[in-house]
Amino acid sequence: MSTRKLNLKDKYRLLTRDLDWEPSYRDYKEIYPQEEFEGIKITDWSKWEDPFRLTMDSYWKYQAEKEKKLYAIFDAFAQNNGQQNVTDARYVNAIKLFLTGVSPLEYQAHTGFAQVGRQFGGVGARVACQMQSLDELRHVQTQIHAMSHYNKHFDGLQDFHHMHDRVWYLSVPKSFFDDARSAGPFEYAIAIGFAFEYVLTNLLFVPFMSGAAYNGDMATVTFGFSAQSDEARHMTLGLEVIKFLLEQHPDNVPIVQRWINKWFWRGTRMLTLVAMMMDYMLPNRVMSWREAFEVYFEEAGGALFKDLARYGIEMPAYAQTAILEKDHVSHQAWSIFYNYTHAAAFHTWMPEEREMDWLSEKYPDTFDKYYRPRFEHWREMERAGERFYNPTLPMLCQTCQIPMGFTEMSDPTLTSYRQSEYQGERFHFCSDGCKDIFDYEPEKYVQSWLPVHQIYQGNCGGAAMEDVLGEYYRINLGVDNMEFHGSPDEERWNQWHNLQSAQEKLKKAS
Amino acid sequence: MSKVYLALQDNEESHYIVEAIEDDNPDATVIYQPAMIRIENEGHLVIRRETVEDKMGRDWEVQALHVNLITLGGNVDETDDELSLTWNA
Repeated sequence: MSTRKLNLKDKYRLLTRDLDWEPSYRDYKEIYPQEEFEGIKITDWSKWEDPFRLTMDSYWKYQAEKEKKLYAIFDAFAQNNGQQNVTDARYVNAIKLFLTGVSPLEYQAHTGFAQVGRQFGGVGARVACQMQSLDELRHVQTQIHAMSHYNKHFDGLQDFHHMHDRVWYLSVPKSFFDDARSAGPFEYAIAIGFAFEYVLTNLLFVPFMSGAAYNGDMATVTFGFSAQSDEARHMTLGLEVIKFLLEQHPDNVPIVQRWINKWFWRGTRMLTLVAMMMDYMLPNRVMSWREAFEVYFEEAGGALFKDLARYGIEMPAYAQTAILEKDHVSHQAWSIFYNYTHAAAFHTWMPEEREMDWLSEKYPDTFDKYYRPRFEHWREMERAGERFYNPTLPMLCQTCQIPMGFTEMSDPTLTSYRQSEYQGERFHFCSDGCKDIFDYEPEKYVQSWLPVHQIYQGNCGGAAMEDVLGEYYRINLGVDNMEFHGSPDEERWNQWHNLQSAQEKLKKAS
Repeated sequence: MSKVYLALQDNEESHYIVEAIEDDNPDATVIYQPAMIRIENEGHLVIRRETVEDKMGRDWEVQALHVNLITLGGNVDETDDELSLTWNA
């Protein structure tokens, strides 16, 4: 018997073609019942090609190698009290937002790809979904492991999964995935493979993670880059899905374009959280949100859409709005969280003077004009012992579920506000992009579980703030929430480093 | 022509891969950022197994790139001998 070593192409062909079989006693449509209802036409599944030609033997081999490297670093981080070596305790609040907001999405992606993979008649697509499903499970597990170490030393990380399903701002990422997973299999593949992987995770896992490294967070940068090495594969697959669908049938082009428009906009809105993590939550800054957006969306995304132009695909609708908004969204998001940090499981603060100066430099057209005066005012209030908290509940966009804090790009002092009527009821949106998404499928989005509505309807633990935040959300009040200055996190950090808090200094001086 | 790009973790193994990429793609730009190395080029980038093996002084499979890879942009084609990134427009 010969033991000839197969080359990559042969191995991949044997895995994705030779292991498949034609059904003989059941109808194809019975086996793959979801393949047609979205209007997508597939004429030849055998045209599906994974450019990496990854087979299971190499998949396990290289994933195992990645894991070994990763866990060696987690061990080193924990053994050497790595939590004490991050730039300052404010940084860890970005990690809290990551664990409660992003890691559960990895789990959603894991189950999502397992379900979707089952629905594709092509074996190449099924294998790709299977590997991605396994990758995503690895991501959620490694993220929980990495951040469990922070949970021993900082507040707000203890109930991330419970919080993800309930807390108001976490409904933004949660509803993004719920929307994708309740769509058809092809829409899901475009939503996650393209919008989530190509546009979103690149911004979260590359410049933000590089920033984590710059802030001394060895554990996070390592899981981030390790996860992103899988994402490089997912992005490539996302691009392959799009090309495959466009090449299969011209009728697929307008459907794919609509999904690109929709999911680009949904992704852009969700990225608002990452924008503020980069501009406000990294004490040592590598690049601004604006710069990251230019490299990873305008440049990389622009190249992609130029490449897809030959199929008749255009830049996503409202890409121009998103480009204008890059000068605003991080400041607007940070303002929202500063307003409502008593209802959040992490702390916020006003930037220090040198940080304000950095923002002025990075955002020369907008920061001093629209945001710095407001932030200086809030800083003065805090110094006077009247730290500002907004006691009312915000109005939410029916589609993205973000509080209505975005403004018109034609006049950034005006709140951007749109509305639609459906079956005699009025619905509210933060943007044309979100309104369009609703108007195309109103019967879907009227069912949105909007946290503020749910609180007012009495479905979130009770009428008092303490019932909602403490009982229903399980935020440890006075510990996990409120201003960073004066928090138990800050106090512990100061003890480790023999620092005095501003309050203590004041006390001693008087 | 648009830029294709590749980012690698900044570590010992990657340094050899970057050296190989620089040899095979003389016009490529290499940018060092915290914990990562970004390599970009107009239209096309190639990573050749033979050149990397030559730099490392040992056998190296193209798929081992994934261990140090962070992200990439461009149409991918991978064989036993090389991985290439291209944009068609």
